[in-house]
Amino acid sequence: MIGSLALTQLQQIWWIIASLVGALFIFMTFVQGGQTLLFTLTRSEEEKTLIINSLGRKWELTFTTLVLFGGALFAAFPLFYATSFGGAYWVWIAILFTFIIQAVSYEYRKKPNNLLGARTYEIFLFINGSLSLLLIGAAIGTFFTGSNFLLNDYNFVKWAHPLRGLEAAFNLFNVALGIFLIFHSRLLGALYLANNLNHNDLVERSQRAAFINLLCALPFLLIVLGGLVTMDGYAVDPATGTVFMESGKYLGNLLALPLNLILLLAGLVLVIAGVYAAHFKGSTRGIWLSGPGTVLVVLALLFLAGFNDTAFYPSKVDLQSSLTIQNASSSHYTLTAMSYIALAIPFVLAYISYVWRSMDAGKMSLEDVKKEGHNEAY
Amino acid sequence: MIDAIDLSMVNWARAQFALTAMYHWIFVPLTLGLSFLLAFFETLYVRTGNEEWKRITKFWMSLFAVNFAIGVATGIILEFEFGTNWSNYSWMVGDIFGAPLAAEGIFAFFLEATFFAVMFFGWNRVSKRFHLLSTWMVAIGSNLSALWILVANGWMQFPVGMQFNPDSARFEMENFFEVLLSPMAIDKFTHATSSSFQIGALFVVAVSSWFLLRKRHLEMAKRSIIVASVFGLIASIFVAFTGDESAYNVAQKQPMKLAAIEGLYQGDTNCALCAVGILNPDQKPGQTSDPYLFAIKLPGALSFLATRTFDGFVPGINDLVYGNPEQGVVGVTDKVDSGRIAVEQLALYKGARKEANDQVAETALATFKEHEANLGYGFLQSPEEAIPPVALSFYSFRVMVGLGTYFPILFILMLVFTLRETIENKRWLLGLGVISLFLGYLASEAGWVVAEVGRQPWAIQGLLPVSVARSNLTTATVAGTFFMFLFLFTILLIAEIRIMLKQISIGPEEK
Repeated sequence: MIGSLALTQLQQIWWIIASLVGALFIFMTFVQGGQTLLFTLTRSEEEKTLIINSLGRKWELTFTTLVLFGGALFAAFPLFYATSFGGAYWVWIAILFTFIIQAVSYEYRKKPNNLLGARTYEIFLFINGSLSLLLIGAAIGTFFTGSNFLLNDYNFVKWAHPLRGLEAAFNLFNVALGIFLIFHSRLLGALYLANNLNHNDLVERSQRAAFINLLCALPFLLIVLGGLVTMDGYAVDPATGTVFMESGKYLGNLLALPLNLILLLAGLVLVIAGVYAAHFKGSTRGIWLSGPGTVLVVLALLFLAGFNDTAFYPSKVDLQSSLTIQNASSSHYTLTAMSYIALAIPFVLAYISYVWRSMDAGKMSLEDVKKEGHNEAY
Repeated sequence: MIDAIDLSMVNWARAQFALTAMYHWIFVPLTLGLSFLLAFFETLYVRTGNEEWKRITKFWMSLFAVNFAIGVATGIILEFEFGTNWSNYSWMVGDIFGAPLAAEGIFAFFLEATFFAVMFFGWNRVSKRFHLLSTWMVAIGSNLSALWILVANGWMQFPVGMQFNPDSARFEMENFFEVLLSPMAIDKFTHATSSSFQIGALFVVAVSSWFLLRKRHLEMAKRSIIVASVFGLIASIFVAFTGDESAYNVAQKQPMKLAAIEGLYQGDTNCALCAVGILNPDQKPGQTSDPYLFAIKLPGALSFLATRTFDGFVPGINDLVYGNPEQGVVGVTDKVDSGRIAVEQLALYKGARKEANDQVAETALATFKEHEANLGYGFLQSPEEAIPPVALSFYSFRVMVGLGTYFPILFILMLVFTLRETIENKRWLLGLGVISLFLGYLASEAGWVVAEVGRQPWAIQGLLPVSVARSNLTTATVAGTFFMFLFLFTILLIAEIRIMLKQISIGPEEK
């Protein structure tokens, strides 16, 4: 059944699947946002512990979604995986470092005899919450602004900048996207906490924090959106595969794919509506607007980069080395096999939401955390 | 195809992968083994309703969590390291290798991550039965993640189910099930998981032995030892069987690895297996002198292990490198010559295609096809490069097998004396129980040294040497990240051990 699809259809399906996993990851970065709110939102050690325990039940899902994003890109677009990871070396290594230190911090923070002290592990969480998103934003930014790589006839990558990927962080558009992602994750983190905690003060402070972080995020969002609709983009000639610069390419993509424009606008409205509901209406359920809104916005961004004859991972220094969903993909056979495997994704989402709901049946309070044995709480 | 090969960079990249993989493998086997033990303990609790089993489950679970966190931390780097340090590899075999990694994410990691939260935080939030189910799901999920990555590793040892595409200059998958069900994949999975069950059992035995030595938590310790010893003993039988099967398959698919493991230079029929020995460090390929300074040999045993007959021919390093026409062994020397033609014709083909010179392209492709099977050998600098480090393979193998023979004896003694209620007086055995955990780790890591060092110089056996598989990085960059990982992982390991020891000394919750 799936095997009878044309290669280009499979490539598009896999770009959609990879984009969806990426979008879910950005939604799940409410965990990272919560981590950076740890210091500003709390007034006491107890409140800190409550937040850590609330986030601590979710961090691994975010982490796993990131790993799946990497795995899906490897399987479906191996040339991207090889080019970006092997080329933009330092940016990925730096991102990975922040996730390594995150993974131990929840478990080790409060444990006696933990070598580095609770404060260090909290700083680890802050670094992960901020630096990783800044760099991930910069890396996604290069989907539009381009990178410095060359591919030889055998598709082996050579990077033409000594900073090996970190140079992406010195571009206004890329940095704006990164900073936007940081404030955006804080906004989501605040909304998540408002929904998950049974603690009046913290909920109120979270609702306020969501609003403040939205205000902080807005200028950077404007830079990103303004950049997107005005910049030249990397277009592909569908007949020859030749890559060339086209002025107003991404604006053109938005207008050529009206569904994409709707995704983007609806997503932005939902993100803002979630914050509005929390701050002005006192709702605790804003995350259920802003979260799905985030997914729509990220989908729109990635569709903008990959569809409508666009190079999604362009090279600034050698246009013809740029990657498209056609030239970077796996073979027809592998994409087909992977598609059968991907049929399990709805099932996975189903059991995650079932488990999640049974675990979050009641909101988490300080009493809940105290009631647990010393081994059942962070 | 590739620029000048910077071997020092390749070696740093190998060292970095070895470092991160070996650190990761400190934590993984304990997760794989202990997760099932937790499931056993909790099943006993749910079936008997005895609160002592719940206390036992919770205690081991607290140690599991400390280990699990650092396992996750050290694991993420490995998935991305294929891309960062081995980007040519990622492109050339990503079409095959990526699929198991993605399947791992979809099928296994989410199972682990989702039910882990229930297992730890769900005692008061979900029903008893749902909690038990979650604990089992964590065990199954952890072991499923091992399945997929070991399938990928098995494929690197014995590449099947794919074909080289000269147009994309990469290997493309042709049969997913051949990759999934390859005998090497099954060996890797069954041997690595069953040996991990041993580690889980050794861990419980070691901590319980320590409690008994200190006369603390006696009831818990003894109950734990009984369950762990039975599990460890069953696992040990599996380890022996799967180990034997692995050796047989290595002999069939990776004869050079077997020759290195045995330090066998001159092949022979009715070949003896060196049980214990010391290699002559000055032995060179091509020499026919005795490679052992000292050896206790089992006559005919290597032939039987490798061919299932006592008089089967087992090729040695010399046969494999220089050829042995009498026994039908084609030497690396010939394969290198043929491989160089393949490399050259591939370049010619690609050039001709670019210039749309169909005639040249066609003849180049035809010649390439004749030599395609030896493509990887064309990148070797010399035939001798095809020999993996002999001494490291030889001694690691003996450490692994020797200890693997000892563990079942330990489990039997532990079980017998605990059931007889005399274990508390057997202080020597309890001491041995504590020490054996470290021996378990030693055996487990040695096993991976045999598997991975024995595969050198290949990233993919016979197809892609590590010198081509690498990324285009400077030596300083890779050496730099090597030390960054060494520093970070060592700090985290020290933190983990300190926390673990403290948790053990705190012991289970009060009754």
